[in-house]
Amino acid sequence: MAIKIEMPKLSDTMEEGVIAKWNVKEGDKISAGDIIAEVETDKATMDVEAFDDGILLKIIPGEGDAVPLGGLIAVIGEEGEDISDILDGTEGGSSEGSSKEENDSEKEDSSSGENKESKKDNKSDEKSEKPSDSSSSSDNGRVKASPLAKKMAEDKGIDISSVEGSGPEGRVVKKDIEDFKESASSGSGLSKPSGSSDHSKTFESLESKEVKVSQMRKVIARRLSESKFTNPHFYETIDIDMKAAMAARSSMNEANDVKISFNDIVVKACAIALTRHQAINSSWHDDVIKEHGDVHVAVAVAIDEGLMTPVINHADKKGLSQISAETRELAGLARDRKLQPEQMEGSTFTISNLGMFGIEEFTAIINPPNACILAVGAIRDVPVVENGAVVPGKRMKITLSSDHRIVDGAKAAQFLNTVRNLLENPLSMLL
Amino acid sequence: MAELQFREAIKAAIDEEMAKDEKVFVMGEEVAEYNGAYKTTEGLLDKYGYKRVIDTPISELGFAGIGVGAAMNGLRPIVEFMTFNFAVLAADQIINHASKVKYMTGGQISCPIVFRGPNASAGQLGATHSVAYDSMYAHFPGLKVIYTSEPDDAKGLLKSAIRDDNPVLFMESEQMYGLKGEVSDEDDYIIPIGKGKIKREGSDVTLVAHGKMYHLAVKAAEQLAKDGVECEIIDPRTVKPLDLPMIIESIKKTNRCVLLDEAHPFGGLAAEVGFLVQREAFDYLDAPVQRVTLPDVCAPFAKNLFDLWYPSVKQVVDAVNQVTYRN
Repeated sequence: MAIKIEMPKLSDTMEEGVIAKWNVKEGDKISAGDIIAEVETDKATMDVEAFDDGILLKIIPGEGDAVPLGGLIAVIGEEGEDISDILDGTEGGSSEGSSKEENDSEKEDSSSGENKESKKDNKSDEKSEKPSDSSSSSDNGRVKASPLAKKMAEDKGIDISSVEGSGPEGRVVKKDIEDFKESASSGSGLSKPSGSSDHSKTFESLESKEVKVSQMRKVIARRLSESKFTNPHFYETIDIDMKAAMAARSSMNEANDVKISFNDIVVKACAIALTRHQAINSSWHDDVIKEHGDVHVAVAVAIDEGLMTPVINHADKKGLSQISAETRELAGLARDRKLQPEQMEGSTFTISNLGMFGIEEFTAIINPPNACILAVGAIRDVPVVENGAVVPGKRMKITLSSDHRIVDGAKAAQFLNTVRNLLENPLSMLL
Repeated sequence: MAELQFREAIKAAIDEEMAKDEKVFVMGEEVAEYNGAYKTTEGLLDKYGYKRVIDTPISELGFAGIGVGAAMNGLRPIVEFMTFNFAVLAADQIINHASKVKYMTGGQISCPIVFRGPNASAGQLGATHSVAYDSMYAHFPGLKVIYTSEPDDAKGLLKSAIRDDNPVLFMESEQMYGLKGEVSDEDDYIIPIGKGKIKREGSDVTLVAHGKMYHLAVKAAEQLAKDGVECEIIDPRTVKPLDLPMIIESIKKTNRCVLLDEAHPFGGLAAEVGFLVQREAFDYLDAPVQRVTLPDVCAPFAKNLFDLWYPSVKQVVDAVNQVTYRN
C-alpha cells in the first residue's frame, strides 16, 4: 500500500513550503526517521522526516518548487507498485499535475530555468529582461489562472503566484489582477521614475534588475502591511539619560566574560517594566484583549534577506548575562537561517534597535500579535543643563509604537517612564 | 421602416426576387392553392401563376431532386419544406447533390437553390418533429446555412440567399411566423450572408444566439441587467459562413462567453464556436466558455418533460453567473 508524503505544517504561519533540497532520489529505500528533504518555510529551513519505511516511488516537486500545505511531495511504497491512482488523485486539489506524463513534462518545465534546454530557455532569458517574469507557472508550482489573468499579469509585470485567486479552486481571474493592481499601484507609481529612465541614457547607472520576492519577504510584506493598515498606531518618544547605565555596563563587563550590550540592558529594563504594565504586554483578539502573564521579548535581527525576530522567553526572570548570551546565540542562528519556528514564536513585546547605525530615533511597525514595539535609537553626546550649568551628557531616545485599540496614550507614557527610571537607575533593576 | 410579421417579411423577399428575376420560382407542399402552410407564399400564385408557384406531392426527395435539377440547368428554385424535420427525406439531394455538384464538375455547374422552411422545436410536437438541423447542414462543405431571429434579418438575408449561386438552407420557425418587427423598406434591401449583428451592447459577457435562442438571450440579458450584469448579444444570423471576427472582437471586450444553441450538444454549432473562441481568443478569456443547448436527448412529448428539455432563461442566467464568477 503506497503512502503519500504531504507538505507538513512546519510553522504556525506557513502556507506553503519550497523544497530546498532532496536528500533522497526515486528508487531509494527509506526508513522511518530518515530526513528526506529540506523545506524552506516562511521562517526557516526545516527538515522533513519520513514516518514510514519503503521505497521512494515518486518525487513530485523539484528543488526550488513551492508546494502548498498538504500538497503531495512524494510517494513511498513497495517496489514496482502502481501509484497512478494516487498521482491521478492529486489533479484536483494539489498544485501538481496528474498523470505521469504530465508530471514529467512539468518537471521539464520547472527545470528549464536552470538547464540549457535550448528553445524554452532562450525565451525565458529574453523575457526576464523585460519587466515581467512569466515564470509563475514553472518555478512556483502550478498557478491556476484564467488565460486573460495570465496575460494581464504579464503585461503589468505582476508575479501571478503572488495574486490570490478568487475563482473556483483558487483560480486567478481578471478581477483579482485588477484588484491587485489597485492595492499595489501606489508602490509602483513611486518606483517608476527611477526605473523608467530617460536620464539613464546620459548617466552611467547600475543595471536595473528584478529581484524575486522570497518567502521571507512575502511574509514580512504581508504581516507588516496587515499590522500597519489594521492596527491604529501611535507613537511616543522619551529621552533617557544613559550615564548611569553606561557606568553600570562598564563595571559589569569588567567582571564578566559575557559582554553585556546596551540592547541587553534595554531588553531587561523593558521586561521588568512589562511586569508592572501588563496592558502593554498584551494582544488584541477582537472580543477580548489578552494580557499575558509571561514576558517574552522578541528582538529584531537584521539579516541579508530581511528581518527575523527571535524571542527571549521569560526575559523578566533572566539575568543580564543570560539575556546577552541568548540574544547572541539567537542572532547567530537567525543570520544562518537556522532558527527553529518555536524560537520565533510566542513573543509578547518586541524591541528594534538601530542605535548602532547612529539613528537618533525612529518609529517601528508593531509586530503582530504584540500590542507595542519599542524603537531604540543611538546614545548621543549632548549638552545638558545640570544645576544651572551646561555639561556634557549621554542621551538615548526610545519610541514606543502602540496599538491604540489596546493601549492609550497615558498608559504608554507610564510604561515609558518606568523604562526610563529603570535605565537611569540601573540598580533598581535588581529589586 | 414598416412593421411586418416574420411571414410577411419572407413573402416580401420572395415576391421582390420573383418580380426582379423570372428564373426564380417557388415549389413545395401547399405553397400555391393553399397560399402556404404558414402563409409565407400568400398571394404569389395569383400574381405569378402556376408555372412559378408549384404545389408538389408529399414527396420531399422527389421535389428536392426536381429543384436541384432545375438549379443545375439555370433556374433559381426556392424549395419549401413544411419543416426541416421532413427535409431529412430529401437529405440525399441536399447533401450529396446540391452541395457537391459544383465541386465535382470542377465549377462548371452551379446549384443556385434555396431550401427553406421552419426548423427546430415548435413546442410539444414529439421527437421526430423537433430537431434543429442548422448545425448538421453546416457540417457539409458547399452549403450555406441561415437561421434568423427577426423579420428584418429574414427579409434581407432571404433575398441574398435567392441571389446566391450556391445552395442555401434558409431556416425559420413555426413559433416565429407571427413575430412582428420593424423591417427596412429600403428599396432592394439586402443583408450580406455571413455578417452577424450586435443586437445588444454590453461589457460583461458575450452571448452568441441565433434563431429562437436569440429571444431567450434577450430575456436573460434583461434579467441579468437588473443584477448589474451587462450582456452583449451577437446574433450571427448566418450559421455558415460564421461571422467569427465579430464574436472574437466582442469577447476581447467582455472576456467571457456563453453560447446558445437550439441543437443537441455533441458536435453542434456551440461546440464548434467554443473551439474557435478558445483558439482565437485564448488570452482574452477569463473563464471557460459555457453553452446552453438541448440535452443529448430526443424531444419528449409530455409538457413537464418538455419544459425541462428545452433551454430556459434560467439556464442562460446560470451560465452567465458561472462565467462571471458570480455564483
